[in-house]
Amino acid sequence: MLSHATSCPVQAPVEHRFSPYTDNGGTTLAIAGDDFCVIAGDTRQSEGYNINTRYAPKVFQLSNGAVLATGGMYADAVTLMKRLEQRLEWYRHQHEKEMSCGALAQMLSTILYHKRFFPYYVWNTLGGLDEEGHGAVYSYDPVGNYEKHKWNCSGSAGHLIQPFLDNQIGFKHQLANATSLTIPQVLKITKDAFTSATERDIYTGDYLELFVVTKEGITKEKFELKKD
Amino acid sequence: MDYFPGNWGNPRTGGETYGPVSHKAMPANHATPTTRTQQPIVTGTSVLGIKYKDGVMLAADTLASYGSLARFRDVERLIKAGDSTVVGASGDISDFQHISHMLEKILIKEYNTEDGHKLYARHIHEYLSRVMYNRRSNFNPLWNSLIVAGVRDRDGGKFLGFVDLQGTTYEASTVATGYGSYIAQPLLRKAVEGREDTLTEEEAIKILDDCMRVLYYRDARSLNKIQRATVNASGVTITEPYELESEWAFAEGIRGYGATE
Amino acid sequence: MFRNQYDNDITIWSPQGRLHQVEYAMEAVKQGSACVGLRSNTHVVILALKRSPGELASYQKKLIRIDDHMGIAIAGLTSDARVLSTFMRAEAMKSKLLYDRPLPVFRIVSAIGDKAQVNTQRYGRRPYGVGLLVAGYDDAGPHLFECAPSGNFFDYFAISIGSRSQSAKTYLEKHYEAFADASVDDLVVHGLRALRDTLQQDKELNINNCSIGIVGKGIKYHTVEGEGLQRYLDLLSEADTGAGGGGAPAQADEGATPMETDM
Repeated sequence: MLSHATSCPVQAPVEHRFSPYTDNGGTTLAIAGDDFCVIAGDTRQSEGYNINTRYAPKVFQLSNGAVLATGGMYADAVTLMKRLEQRLEWYRHQHEKEMSCGALAQMLSTILYHKRFFPYYVWNTLGGLDEEGHGAVYSYDPVGNYEKHKWNCSGSAGHLIQPFLDNQIGFKHQLANATSLTIPQVLKITKDAFTSATERDIYTGDYLELFVVTKEGITKEKFELKKD
Repeated sequence: MDYFPGNWGNPRTGGETYGPVSHKAMPANHATPTTRTQQPIVTGTSVLGIKYKDGVMLAADTLASYGSLARFRDVERLIKAGDSTVVGASGDISDFQHISHMLEKILIKEYNTEDGHKLYARHIHEYLSRVMYNRRSNFNPLWNSLIVAGVRDRDGGKFLGFVDLQGTTYEASTVATGYGSYIAQPLLRKAVEGREDTLTEEEAIKILDDCMRVLYYRDARSLNKIQRATVNASGVTITEPYELESEWAFAEGIRGYGATE
Repeated sequence: MFRNQYDNDITIWSPQGRLHQVEYAMEAVKQGSACVGLRSNTHVVILALKRSPGELASYQKKLIRIDDHMGIAIAGLTSDARVLSTFMRAEAMKSKLLYDRPLPVFRIVSAIGDKAQVNTQRYGRRPYGVGLLVAGYDDAGPHLFECAPSGNFFDYFAISIGSRSQSAKTYLEKHYEAFADASVDDLVVHGLRALRDTLQQDKELNINNCSIGIVGKGIKYHTVEGEGLQRYLDLLSEADTGAGGGGAPAQADEGATPMETDM
């Protein structure tokens, strides 16, 4: 038994131990307006210094009033999305209506916490409209801790963009009075934020997908980022 | 000395402080604890895949290595899955053979149903991704990186996707596993991106052959005997293994290769 | 009530080669209110007559959505149908999870057949007391199936089940050749006519006592009930007064909107 370790004929060529986790990078963002919500994320998928693909969407429309942006481990995110979609489908079957954004937010937290000891390695940002029709943003950590706010940016360039949003969306450190922003203004800030983040963060780039949630429905837009 | 391996590393009595030793990890009627794949044993190296005008194409060599030993030199790592899909694998060969049995099983079931439905590349890719993800979630991974290529679905279209042992998935117009992702992927992207719908079959073959040759020069676990798989309107074709031309005359002048001084 | 020497146990044959318990279950389907289904080359429509236990009660639900590409109409024991529809919904989700494709209609129908068959062969079981019309649209086109408590299932151009369904069947048999190339509205009007034939003398179709399920190429499965039915009832009366016989009603707007507003 003792000699077993030393007499092992094969050393693992690349990996030494199996890790169930990986980080596929990417940045996501959500901003709540008075009566709308913008949710965006880049589409690059990376692993280490490799770019796996330039287009792997990680922002998903969940219902007519909610969009989920995911970042972290892509396989976990896809699995989480599939579970959410199934839960929403059962909800539709049972209640013949869509789940509200607030209910969805709580359910997501519960689903994440149920895997507290083998978490989904995903940072979620949920955007939509609340019961009063105002924009709502919920952000999560991998084990389901969540909070509602007006804007949030997470993922690999989260630390680059968040302070920018604090300033441009929250008017922090500005002498100017905070005003309500319009959809075009928010879209412009979002695109600028991602364009700049692409310059500094190697895990962000290729394309940006933007979703706008209003009471009329959800629209989607694709925006080019640098591909280097 | 405790002669039960399941108790090794556990508190001597277990019981009061830590509870009894789990019999999931140490079944009563077994002499050793349950073990899981911790490392690949017999392995295949890179697989490359690209989209071209009429479909998709994969390439892989036929070597199965045992560590640094070139153990088996004629192992086929590209398999046909149904009428319109090929799957290529790098990583553990026995795990891949297990995967091909699983695919065979679902494809036979599909065929026998006789209801006019078929599994296309997209469906096989999704199936493999769920299998790989579930295995990783049980800490019992299938140690492979897989490339799935073929006809996307009933409406046609090209499909080129990737799945690995962690369940990571993506689609792209060029994919590469293992060393190929470092060495061949940049070359493939330069040759293919933006030309997916114009590259001819001949051009596609040349791109893959050239990349496989570069890999043969640089990847010490590779071989110059390769196979190519093509999926297009006329179905799936996998070539017989063939040799790539390579040039080693330069070695004559290099100390350590041929030159003695 | 009939009594029979050979009907106590599901697993006992009668000397005539019949399983009486199974046949009684088939009778339960005939007690349910009528359901009609018909299909064209691109779409399937299912219709059902809803009953209410009394003035103070609501109408019993007859159509159940399974997925975006599939719905069922039920006749017989509603509670049994609920069990089956839950099974079908779960299978539909499994198919999306595992293969990322909508569940092929034939497969779920044969799975139900297998489930129903077990109940006709095992001691201590009871056959399902419900008949289903399964309407679906998948890669292989539009499908209309009937599932019976015996475990049998059949593929149809048009069919009806439930009480007085023979009258509807007579109508469908007479007109089915016109269904292949019919528009959705035409199918619905034919369906309503067939359904109307199953009504008792003094009854008429109205927005409360019927419901329509539509699925097909480019249209997700959706149920039309209540106010939404008025348009189709109007089409029916138009067609009755206008062409008289089997004439097609005027083309009305159909298309993408119904599936979006279904939720």
